[in-house]
Amino acid sequence: MFEIKDKTKIAPDIYRLEIEAPLIAKKFKAGQFIVLRPLETSERVPLTIMKTDPQAGTITLIVKAIGLSTRQLCALEKGQTVADLLGPLGKSSEIENYGTVVIVGGGVGTAVAFAVAQSLKEAGNRIITISGARDQSFVILEDDLREISDELIMATDDGSYGVKGFVTEQLKGLYARGEKIDRVIAAGPLPMMRFISDITREHNTPTVVSLNPIMVDGIGMCGGCRALVGGKIVFVCVDGPEFDAHQVDFDSLMRRNNAYRGIEQEKEHACKLEAEIETVQHDQ
Amino acid sequence: MTNNPLPLKDRMQIQRHTMPAQAPQKRVSNFNEVNQGFSSELAREEAQRCLQCKDAPCSQGCPVHVHIPDFIDQILAGNMLGAADAILQDNLLPAVCGRVCPQEKFCESRCVLGKKGNPVAIGSLERFTADSTAADRAARPQGEKPAPTGKKVALIGSGPSSLACAGDLIRFGHEVTVYEALHAFGGVLIYGIPEFRLPKSIVAYEVDVLRRLGVKFEKNVVIGKTLTINELFDEQGYDAVFIGAGAGLPNFLGIPGEELIGIYSSNELLTRVNLMKAYQDQSVTPIFNFKDKVVAVFGAGNTALDSARTSLRLGAKEVHIIYRRSEEEMPARHEEVEHAKEEGVKFTFLAAPLEFLDNGEGWLKGVRLQRMELGEPDASGRRRPLPIEGSEFTLDLDLTVIAIGNGSNPLLRDTPELQFTRRGTLEVNPESLQTDKAGVFAGGDIVTGGATVISAMGAGRQAAQSINDYLSQL
Repeated sequence: MFEIKDKTKIAPDIYRLEIEAPLIAKKFKAGQFIVLRPLETSERVPLTIMKTDPQAGTITLIVKAIGLSTRQLCALEKGQTVADLLGPLGKSSEIENYGTVVIVGGGVGTAVAFAVAQSLKEAGNRIITISGARDQSFVILEDDLREISDELIMATDDGSYGVKGFVTEQLKGLYARGEKIDRVIAAGPLPMMRFISDITREHNTPTVVSLNPIMVDGIGMCGGCRALVGGKIVFVCVDGPEFDAHQVDFDSLMRRNNAYRGIEQEKEHACKLEAEIETVQHDQ
Repeated sequence: MTNNPLPLKDRMQIQRHTMPAQAPQKRVSNFNEVNQGFSSELAREEAQRCLQCKDAPCSQGCPVHVHIPDFIDQILAGNMLGAADAILQDNLLPAVCGRVCPQEKFCESRCVLGKKGNPVAIGSLERFTADSTAADRAARPQGEKPAPTGKKVALIGSGPSSLACAGDLIRFGHEVTVYEALHAFGGVLIYGIPEFRLPKSIVAYEVDVLRRLGVKFEKNVVIGKTLTINELFDEQGYDAVFIGAGAGLPNFLGIPGEELIGIYSSNELLTRVNLMKAYQDQSVTPIFNFKDKVVAVFGAGNTALDSARTSLRLGAKEVHIIYRRSEEEMPARHEEVEHAKEEGVKFTFLAAPLEFLDNGEGWLKGVRLQRMELGEPDASGRRRPLPIEGSEFTLDLDLTVIAIGNGSNPLLRDTPELQFTRRGTLEVNPESLQTDKAGVFAGGDIVTGGATVISAMGAGRQAAQSINDYLSQL
């Protein structure tokens, strides 16, 4: 179980992993996530599923090697297995025929956006997708997005690929050209989701964001992932991860996501030191 | 006829023995077990105190009805494996129960000696029996396997109720699979109760005993998400299901500022420490830095005490337990309260939190509290705390742990046909423990709300009997 069936590097530090998980592949609905431990010694990390293949019994993850655990995961090769994989977790997206839906994906959040967009497309919606990347080298999933979008806007911050500018400017552009938008779905870094939500609030467009707080168990046992939504505490892992963007307290969430920054850097520093010492010892 | 060499009169002259323990100033700096267990000499002397009552009221006080005088008599006969077997008939987790049961509320509360003095230290003797036979029990060949019935039972959750249920079902000859959502087995025994009260190696040993008896354990499966109860019957071919999913949804206080950084639920703190080993330097799972910090723990049950004592061991300078009632109403085990006091935990009674205070950057800096006084008894039989107007005060804090109880996990609530109460617990027939859905039984905290390990085990055994009856009629 949980064998890595395929692994492709799709951008600097970003990998597309296909992992054997037949029960999850069968059950997954757009918007849900998994909790994974790469190694027996790793921490539990929540990751989003891009898509599944129930016949092959596999799930596809888009992972950015950003911290210790995601680096451990991305260091695994095809044929190796991950220690633990639990899911599908969280509530699935509310899929209806809303009309025109704008999907905004930033960074690896594009993977979540893809899954939701695909389901919304199947439900008969007209899909306009805005995908943002720092520069050309970070552009991901373009072919997949094109397949499920009626209109696809690829944007880079520096203009090295597609149109130049942030995803927020592209969304403003849609409103400016008179597009009637019935719903916006955004997944990506918290600041991006907040800016998107500020724009759609002005236009009274119902907006859903997929939150990505710190999690431990992912099954509602600890409340580490709690967030303030509409002034009330919610557990993102069981009540979400999708919420009404206009009700989310992004400030407290951004602060909570940085709660361990210093400690993690220390740990990573210690780990790198150990690795270096080991390398030196091996070399001698 | 017993193996006790002493006449009745002499037995009553011996004073109750307490287990040797690590000294408080030493133990607060490590996660090693506090109680060190009886030596053979102490165990033998303590065993001699038992009067071998014919009607064994102690046994009736035990939720799984361990034949206590029998196992104590085997200790006196010097037959430790015999003593272990006398316990194992009714309780497959003696090393666990000997450590974490509130015996003062169960077996020891009924001991005849307790009427005029101190009851026999039954829990300590059970623990001694389990620990001193662990190696022999692991080495001995498995006895004859029961004739297979061809019936399959799925157990949801791997906490104490499921483990007890699995132990009985496998002896009835059924095929038993335990499904666990986390990556380690034992439920609260593994993520909740700290190492210094219950070493995790002991839980792993007891799970392994069940595995050798033939119980299958599947991790990373969350029933309600990965598989549904209907699929367990229709696709996986199970004939009956036991739900022992526990009460693992932490309650929060519902006051302003609870989203601030530096506030943990007890479940999060204990999971990070016990399951993810965040107290070890090499652990990858981070935890807030407790070193030299001032910590407040809200609540007064065993979980609150575990959280407070864990905080001390993580290096906290000062740990306060804050409780809105008085010491008398504390639901925690007496022994744990004593241990916490010896270790320097400070207790503030009759105070309730109103609001957590922000340091301006989203981190906790303190709590505003209000003094309480006790009024008339409420539905729980405990005197209701009432706020005293104008008594508000502020306590400066670095970290907080909220340990005010748990609700049942919500993941199964989507299963149609299962009836949940308003509190989120499952409705069952009190005799059979069967839910409204045929073939589905439930027991432990998912039915009672947060209770004890031994009550959960008692429910697990009761359910195993009902499941066996149910399967024999299929």
